[in-house]
Amino acid sequence: MALETEATLIEDFNSLGIQDRLNLLLEFSEKLPELPTRYLEHPDLLERVEECQSPIFLFVEVVEGKVFLFFSAPQESPTTRGFASILFSLMNGLTLDEVIAIDDDFPSKIGLSEAVSPLRMRGMRGMLARIKRQAQEKR
Amino acid sequence: MPVEFEKNTKFAEYANPEVLVSTEWLQANLGQAGMVVVESDEDVLLYEVGHIPGAVKIDWHTDLNDPITRDYVSDSAFAELLSRKGISRDTTVVIYGDKANWWASYALWVFKLFGHSDVRLLDGGRDKWIAEGRAFTKEAPSPAKTNYPVIARDDSTLRAFRDDVLSHFGNPMIDVRSPEEYSGERTSAPAYPEEGALRAGHIPGAASVPWGKAVSEDGSYKSRADLEKVYLEGAGLKPGDNVIAYCRIGERSSHTWFALNYLLGFENVRNYDGSWTEWGSLVGVPIARGVEPGHAKALIK
Repeated sequence: MALETEATLIEDFNSLGIQDRLNLLLEFSEKLPELPTRYLEHPDLLERVEECQSPIFLFVEVVEGKVFLFFSAPQESPTTRGFASILFSLMNGLTLDEVIAIDDDFPSKIGLSEAVSPLRMRGMRGMLARIKRQAQEKR
Repeated sequence: MPVEFEKNTKFAEYANPEVLVSTEWLQANLGQAGMVVVESDEDVLLYEVGHIPGAVKIDWHTDLNDPITRDYVSDSAFAELLSRKGISRDTTVVIYGDKANWWASYALWVFKLFGHSDVRLLDGGRDKWIAEGRAFTKEAPSPAKTNYPVIARDDSTLRAFRDDVLSHFGNPMIDVRSPEEYSGERTSAPAYPEEGALRAGHIPGAASVPWGKAVSEDGSYKSRADLEKVYLEGAGLKPGDNVIAYCRIGERSSHTWFALNYLLGFENVRNYDGSWTEWGSLVGVPIARGVEPGHAKALIK
């Protein structure tokens, strides 16, 4: 079980005005879990998300068929951290099949394109695609 | 009445000392009547994380760019934006931002397209302010709405379009992107996403002067003498030259445009905001690859 579902995230964001969507994204950015020590010491294990303007790295871990996500993004990149945190709340703890079944188009459905600009949304799509690819490889 | 200009020995060397303020000056002048501080960042949420007390936010993408056409907002949308931010036509505007003011100088350049007279840049930007441990807040101000007039944007003086670039060959151009983008190894800065230009390289004849050559380690502009070394001795510009600067989408080149125009006093400098995302996808225009500027004349029919 993950913290959120696609449907609740889509509804939560779209029920808000533009400024409140940004505020919600900021709240997510503040909730992004810190990287555990084993990854802090091995940054080479993390995959860089090239589609993002800010340096962000991610890693997908699979334990007993469940997916666990790890992200590293600088504090001064709140938008990128917010994207990562939304994906964390949506996918952390799901099974591999559930992760692979997440809609590729999910980032464009949460109403953030207007608030942060379509250009910036590329980063979130890139993160999602890389998580799903890593999950696929570990299936 | 503009807010009094800063007296500063470093700025006094520049051609137009009044376009910069230091962090010390801004701290001492926060809350001055007739002045509005504007933060403009690459990251759309960075302002919300914390900003200079009283500063309002203007986002380069969601506020300054038209959502449909690839262009700046309309005259009426700009007037509406500035009215909402509590800025009047005679307000002194001080702009700062992240990345040593890339987006701040871009915003300043857009303000200048609309002819706002008193716009100043915080030398060193957001990072210098933070590094010096100065006041920061998450509290957003609620400025009283003003009635900014609708001004016709002047795209003829400070802005270059692709046809202006084609007819500019033979005059100096400055490519402010990274060496890898200039030579054609990549179409976006290292560590930045590839942003969809179909060809890599540079506009023939353009000299490579990455934007960062204009700043010191703390992100503030270099002294006039050091800037002259970079642009006159290094890039071969001569006083009086007609210059076009470009980058990927026009933000880093706004930073260089500012240095050439205001700090070194070139009176004819334009920013080509179409930049590489346009030129690198245009059909049939000449492109040079490798580390040499190349010759435009040999390439055009």
